[in-house]
Amino acid sequence: MTEISALKAGLLADIDNADTLDAVEALRVGAMGKNGVVTGLLKTLGSMSPEERLAKGPPIQDLRESVTAALAEKKAALEQAALDARLASERIDMTLPADIGPQGSVHPVSQVMDELAEIFADLGFSVATGPEIEDDWHNFTALNIPETHPARAMHDTFYFPDADDGKKMLLRTHTSPVQIRTMTAAPPPIRIIAPGRVYRSDSDATHTPMFHQIEGLVIDKGITLGHLKWTLETFLKAFFEREDIVLRLRPSYFPFTEPSVEVDVGYTLVNGQRVIGGDGDAPDGGWLEVLGSGMVNRRVIEACGLDPDEWQGFAFGTGVDRLAMLKYGMNDLRAFFDGDLRWLRHYGFSALDVPTLSGGIGA
Amino acid sequence: MKFTLSWLKDHLDTDADLATILKTLNDIGLEVEDVENPAEKLAAFRIARVLTAERHPQADKLQVLTVDPGDGQPLQVVCGAPNARAGLVGVFGTEGAVVPANGMVLKKTAIRGVESNGMMCSARELELGEDHDGIIELAEDAPVGQVYAAWAGLDDPVIDVSITPNRQDCMGVRGIARDLAAAGLGTLKPLAIPVIEGTGPGPDVRTDDMQGCPAFFARTVRGVTNGQSPEWMARRLKAIGQKPISTLVDITNYLMIDLGRPLHVYDMAALKGGLVARKGRSGEEVLALNGKTYAVDETMTVIADDAAVHDIGGIMGGEHSGATDATTDVLIECAWFTPERIAITGQKLQLTSDARGRFERGVDPAFLDDGLSIATDLVVKLCGGTPSEPTRAGEPPLAPRTLRYDPAQCLALAGVEVAADEQKRILASLGFGVAGDAGAWTITVPTWRRDVDGWPDIVEEVVRIVGLDKVPSTPLPRAPGVARPTATAEQMVERRVRRTAAARGLAEAINWSFLSEKEAASVGGGDWTLANPISEDLKVMRPSLLPGLLSATRRNMDRGAASVRLFELGRRYFAGQKEGSWERATVGFVLAGEKTPRGWQSGKAQPFAAHDAKAEVTALLAAAGAPVANLQNFGEASGAYHPGQSGTLRLGPKTVLAEYGVLHPGLARQFGLTGAVVAGEIFLDAIPAKRRTGFMRAPYAPPALQAVKRDFAFLVPEAMEADTLVRAVRNADKKAIVEARLFDVFAGPGVEQGCKSLAIEVTLQPGEKSFSQEELDAISGAVVKAAEKLGGTLRG
Repeated sequence: MTEISALKAGLLADIDNADTLDAVEALRVGAMGKNGVVTGLLKTLGSMSPEERLAKGPPIQDLRESVTAALAEKKAALEQAALDARLASERIDMTLPADIGPQGSVHPVSQVMDELAEIFADLGFSVATGPEIEDDWHNFTALNIPETHPARAMHDTFYFPDADDGKKMLLRTHTSPVQIRTMTAAPPPIRIIAPGRVYRSDSDATHTPMFHQIEGLVIDKGITLGHLKWTLETFLKAFFEREDIVLRLRPSYFPFTEPSVEVDVGYTLVNGQRVIGGDGDAPDGGWLEVLGSGMVNRRVIEACGLDPDEWQGFAFGTGVDRLAMLKYGMNDLRAFFDGDLRWLRHYGFSALDVPTLSGGIGA
Repeated sequence: MKFTLSWLKDHLDTDADLATILKTLNDIGLEVEDVENPAEKLAAFRIARVLTAERHPQADKLQVLTVDPGDGQPLQVVCGAPNARAGLVGVFGTEGAVVPANGMVLKKTAIRGVESNGMMCSARELELGEDHDGIIELAEDAPVGQVYAAWAGLDDPVIDVSITPNRQDCMGVRGIARDLAAAGLGTLKPLAIPVIEGTGPGPDVRTDDMQGCPAFFARTVRGVTNGQSPEWMARRLKAIGQKPISTLVDITNYLMIDLGRPLHVYDMAALKGGLVARKGRSGEEVLALNGKTYAVDETMTVIADDAAVHDIGGIMGGEHSGATDATTDVLIECAWFTPERIAITGQKLQLTSDARGRFERGVDPAFLDDGLSIATDLVVKLCGGTPSEPTRAGEPPLAPRTLRYDPAQCLALAGVEVAADEQKRILASLGFGVAGDAGAWTITVPTWRRDVDGWPDIVEEVVRIVGLDKVPSTPLPRAPGVARPTATAEQMVERRVRRTAAARGLAEAINWSFLSEKEAASVGGGDWTLANPISEDLKVMRPSLLPGLLSATRRNMDRGAASVRLFELGRRYFAGQKEGSWERATVGFVLAGEKTPRGWQSGKAQPFAAHDAKAEVTALLAAAGAPVANLQNFGEASGAYHPGQSGTLRLGPKTVLAEYGVLHPGLARQFGLTGAVVAGEIFLDAIPAKRRTGFMRAPYAPPALQAVKRDFAFLVPEAMEADTLVRAVRNADKKAIVEARLFDVFAGPGVEQGCKSLAIEVTLQPGEKSFSQEELDAISGAVVKAAEKLGGTLRG
């Protein structure tokens, strides 16, 4: 064994044995530092004759490369070990809970109103609004409900004290006055829906003094009961996102429509729950009343200053709260207006549940 | 309106089964609310004879009976009824039968040690009456072993239909039969009108109120004997839930249901002089048959004699002149009251009655003579006596009403083609007269169809009888291409604000639009107070969304909620400038309890603070499209808030877009809330509408050079509002400074008494080339100068 190979073996063994970065550094300085042994040997190369260098050079270069590589490898290994040890010491309990922040919700009534707006937008209906504090002309008289009409007894109306000008102000009992406001505001053709709060002096499990309705109105030329039927079928199929929606139309009476039609939708009992869809006359089925509708009474069209021989159309109205209950399964109307956070969380909707035609109306 | 199947068949000759009748009723607009066959729940109860009755060995009040249920195998039954005795024929429930009154299932049992198999029943137990003093006693010859209900004629389904306010004719069984006949369910039987041989002149009746009571017809019947109604009449009245009272009273009730013709019977002994239909006089009162006293006035029609008012005309008779068991001479009133007058009177008195329901819709004005004859005939037949000639005071409105109709109008309005012949058949079967040629019919409206007054009504009659299921579903014409957006700017704002609030962790509530007076007063008082609130709690239209939200917050706290974040989007109600209402779209929110719960990271629970309200207000205003960067901070929030910890955000000094802050402790206390409650309201209608500028954005390329940040700390008087300083700094060099952000507020050691230190990070954006040191120095100088102008000094 030559002197150099012995040196190499000694140095490599020392490096292999080093167990701290400091020890490795000390070995580096001893070998490769300014005054290191390897450095010293390298320095001798300069003073050698070319022949001598040819003979002695390669072992010295080999020594340098081997020691450098061994030092780097050892250093990396020790650093890795140190990092592993540090990371191991930094372990935390990832099962601890993380706070995702408060969860808000959109009320089912608002959600359903957005759903309805989306469906009817596709059918060409825009959204109209009107005041909730109405005068009796818009709420009753223009809708062909005169003072003494028994229909006024059908509405348990909230009144305000008589005004000086003799105008009777009240809380609208339905969204139908928006029909009047729309027809008197702009000429036909008209296709609108009008959602909003309405009020009746009534309170039990299925009636609250305030609730929500949506009104639909189409005024055009040549509109018939057939169009009404199609519109309601199309709307309810889209709303419940079911093709098996079956409607039962029953003749009825509303002063502002003629003929008047009440609309039942078939349901099927599934595990004791009423699920909208299917024929109501089937053995496990039944009918639920969902809409009032009809062809707009000629007197209403006249009261709005339009010619009923030219313009004809239909109107319908339904309870938004009720639609929400039928679609999403709540069974107590009063809970809608209680603001119970637990209820709102359960029956409410995420901010991003925006009804769209491409993503689906329901959520 | 209730009636039984057999009653219907008195008027309708039909083979149709019950299911078909019910379906047809729905199809033609007579909505079936309910149908019930009382025999079904009594199917297990049979007629039985008591063979023997012995005293119970262990109990004085009980007897041990042997009962023959008809199958020749007598059963032992323990019975407590005092009238139980050998030979009695009654109604027996065997093992397994369910007692209708209490749902008890009968089973073999031992009563005081004696075996008992079933039960002899009382009327009350079978829901056949109130009698519970003893068991039912039937006639000796009642067929033992037969199902009792079938023998007793109870196997007669009771049908309840809801009659819409326009259908006067269907307020009687006969009208319903006519409708069903028109719909093809058989034929309407003719109605027999008896001929009354009157003796002596008619009674002294007249009408002095031709508007309220244009016709007052009457007869007397002298020498009647009032008593219990015959079984057939009592059974039908009971079946539909009417309590039989006495024959004379029951006759009027029966005819009202049967023919839709209300009548009234007066005991002539209680009358002084003739009867007159006249307007009421203020101060007059009448004790009605319901036991309540009503004050009448000159807007109402009453029936009075020389001494007193006896009847609220067309609505309810008086207690004093009604028929009793002692009545011998009666006056039968068959009048016609004006529907509008009845409606007003009924509403005013808040008095509903079967008579009102009919007169208000209108009763057939051509049916006074016949109705009076039928009633008189029944009285004479059932109570005896001698009828008088009729008196006919006034005249009912009988002018014939005709309409022009073109059968093509059916297709034009209803969209369904119905052959002219078929239309003619339907109309004729409903009682309409049809004359004229194709395309121009003259239709005479029957006297019992006051509601029909235009051609669309005729279309409705045709279509409802043909069936709405025959109307073809016809698509609405569709605009070509993709559906266009329909939402208005206001709707878009509401949607964005609602969903932003929900995304920020607030739950949307919907609260009542009305408040109690006290609640309304606590937020400044409301402009609209209901005249007839449903309760004192729901009386004043809300001028603020806060009370509703605070009440909901309180309810949640009471249920144990630690943290409440609620918002509502709705209207506040004010008086309009000129008339009507001013309904302001508003968002309100309340944050109460814990902002963050105690946590392993965050430590103790953190309450909400004033600036949390400001954060919500600012974020929601931004979502609503308000120019948030241009809004000015003002104080002067309403009295609902802590005066020192609240503010408003305004666009100019007058346009308040929002107010927010810590709730005033007084208001919090009023709503039972403790701890920090912060709240805010955003007045959506005050936010200026965004101008539509198309979809193109202003051209923009991010600056190539990096922005430079410089921090400044100024010593300012403690009272100075931070916003003032920040704005001044921001505006010190409008070109270079793109942002000034306050990041520290400090007062205390090292800061002069009465002063505070405000630290602001200023962002400078170079344009084409970097700032030179001179430029930076100049900007810094301008910033410091701006602060000094406000009394601030740069801290070293």
